[in-house]
Order: sequence, then C-alpha cells, then structure tokens
Amino acid sequence: MAVGASYGGARSLAAMKHVGVNVAADPLMTLSYTGVGAGLILVSADDPSLHSSQNEQDNRYYGKFASIPVLEPADSQESLDMMKDAFEMSEKFDTPVLFRMTTRISHSKGLVKIGERRTNKHAGFEKNIAKYVMVPSNAAVRHKIVIERLEALKAFAETSPLNKVEMGDKKVGIVTGSAAYQYAKEVMPGASFLKLGVGYPLPMKKIADFARQVERLFVVEELEPFYEEQILAAGIPCEGKKWFSNFMELNVERVRDGFIAAGVLPKSAAPPKQTEETVLPRPPVLCPGCPHRGVSMALRKVGVVVTGDIGCYTLSALPPLETVDTCLCMGASISHAFGIEKAKKTKKKAVAMIGDSTFLHSGITALANVVYNRGETTTIIVDNRITAMTGGQDHPGTSKTLMGEKTNAVDLEEICRAVGVEHVRKIDPYDQEETIKILKEEIDRPAASVIITTRPCMLFPSKIKTERIFRVALEKCTACGACFRIGCPAISAAEEKNEKGRPKAQIDPELCTGCSLCFQVCSSEAIVEVEK
Amino acid sequence: MKNGTTNVLIVGVGGQGVLLASEMLCEVAKVLGLDTKKSEVHGMSQRGGVVTSHVRFGKKVYSPLIAEGEADVILGFEIAEALRWVHYLRPGGTIIVNEQKIIPPITTTGKFSYPEKVEETIQKRVPKTTIIDAYSIALKLGNARLVNTILLGVLSNAIDLEEEKWLQVIERMAPKGTGEINKKAFIEGRAIK
Repeated sequence: MAVGASYGGARSLAAMKHVGVNVAADPLMTLSYTGVGAGLILVSADDPSLHSSQNEQDNRYYGKFASIPVLEPADSQESLDMMKDAFEMSEKFDTPVLFRMTTRISHSKGLVKIGERRTNKHAGFEKNIAKYVMVPSNAAVRHKIVIERLEALKAFAETSPLNKVEMGDKKVGIVTGSAAYQYAKEVMPGASFLKLGVGYPLPMKKIADFARQVERLFVVEELEPFYEEQILAAGIPCEGKKWFSNFMELNVERVRDGFIAAGVLPKSAAPPKQTEETVLPRPPVLCPGCPHRGVSMALRKVGVVVTGDIGCYTLSALPPLETVDTCLCMGASISHAFGIEKAKKTKKKAVAMIGDSTFLHSGITALANVVYNRGETTTIIVDNRITAMTGGQDHPGTSKTLMGEKTNAVDLEEICRAVGVEHVRKIDPYDQEETIKILKEEIDRPAASVIITTRPCMLFPSKIKTERIFRVALEKCTACGACFRIGCPAISAAEEKNEKGRPKAQIDPELCTGCSLCFQVCSSEAIVEVEK
Repeated sequence: MKNGTTNVLIVGVGGQGVLLASEMLCEVAKVLGLDTKKSEVHGMSQRGGVVTSHVRFGKKVYSPLIAEGEADVILGFEIAEALRWVHYLRPGGTIIVNEQKIIPPITTTGKFSYPEKVEETIQKRVPKTTIIDAYSIALKLGNARLVNTILLGVLSNAIDLEEEKWLQVIERMAPKGTGEINKKAFIEGRAIK
C-alpha cells in the first residue's frame, strides 16, 4: 500500500520489524527497479538481543541486496532529522530508502527539537509503463538504472553530512553508527570517530581518508560485520568482530570490554565486576482468565502435536503448559500441521493453533492449500478479537480501524467456508469438557476442519472482570498440583502443606477473573466460588 | 554521578507502574533543561514479566543504557526484582525498595522458589538501603495506585532535582483528577529519609 501511495504522489512510510521485511522482500526487490513516485521509506526495526523476536537478522544487508540506501539514526533526534533527509534522498535518487532502526533506538526516549514541516509537490499518479510495469523487457532497462543510481548514491555518501568525522586522539579511529556510536562515544570519548549515518552505500573514500589519519582503525557495529567486510574488501585494514561480537546487542560494558581486550584501554577501565544474585526467572505468562489457556489445556489432554504461530498463545510453549511444539514465523502453523500430516511419519495428529489477527495476516492461503490438496488438518483459530501480544491493536476482524473508526469486519467462519472447509465449529474454551469433545471429533475427522474459539482477550481492548471469583478451601486441597499445571498467575503455592510436604494452592482474589478453568481441573472439589 | 550524568535504574514487574514513574522522572529532568534519555524493553511486561527502565540525565548523555556497576540509584518496585539488578548499582549508590513481593506462577512448578531473606541480602550489600512499605502508605492515603508517586517521593531525596518541578510534573502527568492526591503521596514519600 505504501508503494501505491508513493506511486500516487504521497510521501509514504511503511514500518515493520526486521522479520516483516522478509515478507515485504518480494515487492522491495523490484521496487528498487521501479523507483518511487513521491518519497518512500521502509522503516525496519532490527532486534539485536531478540527482546521479542524469533531471530537476530541484520537488515542492513537488504539495502545492499536491493541496491537501495540505508540510513541509520543513533538516537531520537536523529530519527526525526534523518527522516527528512531520507524523504529527500528518496525523491532525488528515485529510490526507496531503508531506514534502519534497532530495538534500542525505537525503545528509547530522548529530547527532540521539532522543526518546520516540509512537504513535496506531486500531481498524483503519472502514467509511465516503462517505469512501473516490470515485465522483463522493462525491468532489464530499469536494472541498468539501478546500477547507475548506486554509483550516484556512493558519490552522495562521500559528501553527505550524515557521515560525520569527529577528530580526536589519532591513536584510535572508530567507524561506527546507530546505537553502537553512543556506546563507543561513552567508552572512548577522546578517540576519533567516523559516525556513519548512511549505512549503505559506504563512503569508502572518506573511510580510507579517515583510516590514513589514525593508527588503529576499529569498526564498532551491532550484529553482523556489515561495514567491516566492505571496508576490508576495499583493502583498508580494520578490526571489528574480533573484539565486538555479532551476538546480541552491544552496550557500554561490551564495547569497553572489547577495547580492553584489544589493548586500547587498561583493564582498570572497567569497574570491578559485582556478583549477580540468583533470582528466580519471571517468564511472561498467559494472563489470568486468558482464553488461550483453555485451548492449550484441552490440547494437552487430547495429546497431539501442536504447531504454533506468532501471538500470545506461543507462551503456552513454556512450562507448565508446554503445549505448543513449533513457532517459526507468521502463518506457519497451518502449513506445519499439514506438512507433518503429509510426511506420514508421526503417530500423533498435528493440530494448528493460530490467532485471529495472524490468521487474517497470513493464514488464509495456507488453509486454502490444506483444502486444495485434500488435507485432513484441524486448525484452531484462537479468536480473541484483538491483536493482544503487540498491545491490543484492532485488525480486519474487529470492525474497528487502527484509527478507531467503525468498519466492516471479516467473518472468520465465512472465510473458512469460502476457502472450502466444510467443517467449521465454534467452542467456548472455558468449557473444558465440551472443548475436549469437539477437539477429539474434529481431529478424528478425515477432512479439513476449523475450530474457532469464542472468548475475547481479558486485557484488550479493556480489562474484563467477571462477577465470579474462586478460592481454595484448604481443608479439601490435597496439594495434587493439577491447578498449578494450568499456569495461572492468580494461583500460587500456599504456606500450608499436605502430609508429604507439598504445598497446597491459593488464589489471589485480586487477579482471579472467574474463568473457572482451575475449578474444572480440581478433582477434590477444593476450588469453590466465593459467595458474594 | 560519573561525568555529571545521573543514572537511575527503575525495576519491577509488569503492571506495577514502573514506566509511568520513569516517564515522570525524565520529565522533571527535561523541565530542568538537562539532556535526558531513557530506555526500556517492555514487549512482555503486561504478561507478568520483568520490567526495567534505564533513566539517564545530565549535561550530555550518549548511551541510553546504564552500564553494570554504574547506577547511582536503583528504585525497586518489587523486592526480588531489586535484588536481581543490584549488581547494576555503583559502589556507594543508593537503593530504594518497595517491600512488596510478587510471587511468579513459575514457583508452582516446584523448580524455582522465591528468594529468602531478600531484605537482609540487599542491606548487607548496600549500606544505603531504604526499604519501605509503599503499599500500606498508599492504602492510608486511600488509593493503592499511589505506590509509584510515593516511591518517586523517596527517590527525590537521593537525586538532586527541585521539589517544585517534581510537583508540577506530577500534577500534569498524573491521571485526570488525581493530581492533588498524587502530590500528597509524593510529599509523604519525600518525608521518608
């Protein structure tokens, strides 16, 4: 859509995290050929240290791969300032610009001076078949233009003020950019710096010039040796990943340790290491009353391979539920289950578990594939009516736009029927008996089927607090641990223990939402409703 | 306070108000004309996970993260979380802890248990430790949600920012209609030495 808007004359920006660019890579690679209408920016937020991602890929390579420029802001102010430069660059060179953020830049706040808003003048879409229709004959011509454009961009990078030299002590020169610049600056305030704002193409003459002026040249960059390899390939000796690992995000400590190891800083530069205390882990958990819990409990009971997807329900891979068996990328659950089925090696059936927004994002085609290829896969759409994991955004199934306007909602049941699934059923995951029964029926059915859950998220769009809450009657509790195994944050170990020394359970009335799942798994009637 | 930069690490568990507290602290520093940065990762915070917020202010701040052993103050909303990050404190630094315990569900697996004698461990390691029962104070003031402004009040004694600016920021940033009671909570916290 950003491409269309750009072709149509509006300055456009599409923002996604690193793995999102993998999905967008198909249009991106050829968009490089067509160029833009009005300026177009692709914001990619990479996630060194995988704070909340499935990998640590370095998307600067996409810039090189697609022959488009990469800009790398190092703080909040630069994120604003460089965005203006990015739009101007995009229009001047007729190219999309990859604007590379990292978690640390995106999840930091700093002081920002805002400026005047500048806009472009554009008359709207202009017919230009040779530029916008990428059939082979046109695309070949455009590829030539891309190659010429890259040369022009290289010349631009050489003189751009976005690549700043800060001369200091000439014993050590540091080529760096993005968050790594901040850490290096903090650790080596007196050194000479070449701070790269244009991460691709590199200003190789400027780097060579800088290298000549300093005794030792270091490259401090997060993740892969993207600058380092290119600088070495240009015949400029430098030291980088030898001292600053490509594993996980950098910080002051790691950059300082690197310079100590390289013999630049004395050992005494690091404060004495203090011992860390061992504190129990606090992994994220499904919320009290989360409807996904009911589905995971039932799946555990039925005993199947559960192929998972991207969403809160992935948390049921963690103890104590440990139900989800795979998680790869958005939309993978259905194809995984179907693939396991087709491989015909696994005795247990495979069942796909996918959220409503993920299904709408990239599950529909996989479901059509199951039907088309005569699959028998059961897909559970855990429909909580929101995109919960990322903070409660609306999606095409919620009847509200991201701006909060009312809109038409996609009907999940009708979509499933439309792609050819004949057996679509709804379940209430708070009703374990019924959920298990329907799961078994559909898993045993020799045809593709879909089960859609009906309970909304407890947290978004607003916290749900039911009328009921439960408590543990300690005199009846046998400390069997069945309610512990559902992984509810409202349930914890009580001080009181049974004769074997195992702790009995207690329920926090502040956290209990009254979903009754613990009540349903308790075989000794120790969990009772609190009477009002 | 190294090179004129003050480092405050605020830690707790998702849902405790860590992020609003750090937001207010930054605002006070900003109003005073200081360069201010803060950084946190909170993707999982609403699911009961660990929350940390690094706040740095001074003449010029580069790294958005506080380095290990360089925090001037650690403000802990939960006592085991304060213990988890205690190695971030610089020698001679101050630790302020709310004595509340939030026991994670992972303890029911029997594989992990909530640490014992947390207070003693912290006090032994850090001479400048203040442990307070912010929850009881908040209840006395009539609202359990005042915990974070009470803690900010205690924090305000450990760092050098004007009281008047604190009160202005709290008035402006507290949820609608709670400005006065939040200021009162701040002053209550500030009275704890």
